[in-house]
Amino acid sequence: MWTERSIEHEKASRARVGRLRPQAFRLPVLAILAAILPATLPSAVCFAQQTRIGNVTGSLKRGKELYRRYCVGCHGVLGNGQGENAPYLDPRPRDFTAGVFKCRSTDTGHIPTDMDLYETLGRGLHASAMPSWFPLTRQQRIDLIAYVKTFSPRFHEEKPEPVVPVPPEPPASPESLNRGLEIFKKMECAKCHGLSGRGDGPSASTLTDSKDRPIVPYDFTTGERFKCGQTNQDLYRIFMTGLDGTPMPSYLKDLKPDQAWDLVHYLRTLQMNYENSANNGAVKTSPARQPGRSIRNALRAVSGSK
Amino acid sequence: MKRSRLCVLTIAASILSNPPLHKGGTVSEEAGQTLVPVVRAEATGTLTGLVKLDGPAPKGKPINMAKEPICVKAHPTPPLTEEVVAGANGTLQNAIVYISEGVPNSTFDPPSDPVVIEQKGCQFHPHVVALQSNQKLQVVNSDPTSHNIHPLPSNNREWNRSQPPGLPPLEESFAREEIAIPVKCNIHAWMRCYIAVFKHPYFSVTGATGSFSLKNLPPGNYAIAAWHEKFGTLTQKVTIAAGETKTLDFVFKPRANMSE
Repeated sequence: MWTERSIEHEKASRARVGRLRPQAFRLPVLAILAAILPATLPSAVCFAQQTRIGNVTGSLKRGKELYRRYCVGCHGVLGNGQGENAPYLDPRPRDFTAGVFKCRSTDTGHIPTDMDLYETLGRGLHASAMPSWFPLTRQQRIDLIAYVKTFSPRFHEEKPEPVVPVPPEPPASPESLNRGLEIFKKMECAKCHGLSGRGDGPSASTLTDSKDRPIVPYDFTTGERFKCGQTNQDLYRIFMTGLDGTPMPSYLKDLKPDQAWDLVHYLRTLQMNYENSANNGAVKTSPARQPGRSIRNALRAVSGSK
Repeated sequence: MKRSRLCVLTIAASILSNPPLHKGGTVSEEAGQTLVPVVRAEATGTLTGLVKLDGPAPKGKPINMAKEPICVKAHPTPPLTEEVVAGANGTLQNAIVYISEGVPNSTFDPPSDPVVIEQKGCQFHPHVVALQSNQKLQVVNSDPTSHNIHPLPSNNREWNRSQPPGLPPLEESFAREEIAIPVKCNIHAWMRCYIAVFKHPYFSVTGATGSFSLKNLPPGNYAIAAWHEKFGTLTQKVTIAAGETKTLDFVFKPRANMSE
């Protein structure tokens, strides 16, 4: 039912584009084009839509088929987040037509990179109805990204930059945790996330997203992964780029990289079960690659010294 | 192959079907030589007037700032909401009057002075600002508490930056015309202001007297619009002759259910 109606709708909205290239015009068009193309158009126009990750290029045609099969139920035929299931979901499905995304490596107000979208798709969005699409093949996920990008003109008009650099992480120490605590206070993270990071700050109950729907701040004490990843680098990126479309702002202009890392280390101490959850991953890592351990040790040193 | 052919065809189609776009390019190239309206100061017109409200203005309600004790302390009595602020003699503040049609077809460089919004006492000051596209917007935090500045545009980039106390002003700009962008501070849910972005310099925000003034108007026919956050937009036609000063008033009629 919905498919027929919405596909008709979409056809109507795209009919204009269809009318522009009737068969008869093709030859003259090509001739004219050959004459004026080099002078008038930057080649970027043609490739603005191309989606490429590593050596894999996304296909719009396959992407559309996959989208119609897997995504349309929530995100809708028009990509506006108003699919059949949307009214029953909280948070609501993303409206792709706005071109605004939470998980980005780019500064606030800018479109995400292809890689950002690809990683979001593979990871899913924790504490929402968006599952991980890792079971699809790499090629399929890239095809989907290629298609999803067509819903917003921003991907034609803008470039995914500036990317916020994430410098190498310095080791955590009792000093860095203390500095991180000071930054946590100074940036007033507790206004929403609460003093102990439970997501129970004074402003928490008043928060709304950009579509004026109620939204809750992240509760660090659950120790669960974040919306945009679970590594320390992801955490760094989350508060430096902000989560666009939500109340979470960017702190890029407020924090220097060293301060941001101190804050990352402090935030990890709010995640009571962090060490366990980090080590419960399927991949076994060496102790040096378990960021939780160095922070735990530093925290023990802090509490021991008190 | 098929893809690149499709792409070429789409471009060709867009060139053929979209001559204004192409022409637009050449116009701006020539703009420097011929198309910038060179109108001597004495030959331009001025439009002034009042923005009024038909009937009594709905009273503002006290804002409950209990979530932020610092904000409560900043005000001896709770400040009132600023959705409708009456000016003197039945006039209306915070309305924007601007040319909506008939602006000379040229590019206007943005003024070099920034427009400033100050966050003070957990409110934005002023409540409504207007600026030109690509003109600098400066956001100052004079409060001893953090704010986040979160514009919610529909035709511009949506960004959201935190501004803890004591940090230098934020500088941003908006590229496209939009009337008007609501701005939130998510930390303090009651904070709200509006930023209007124009591609031309012919706009004016009414102050305490409810008056506006559009200066240096080249002679011509215009549609003049008045925008108010609560009452919407009114439009009137006007013709300005060289050297003329005209007056024009706007009267907003609030709907019956609006006074609540």
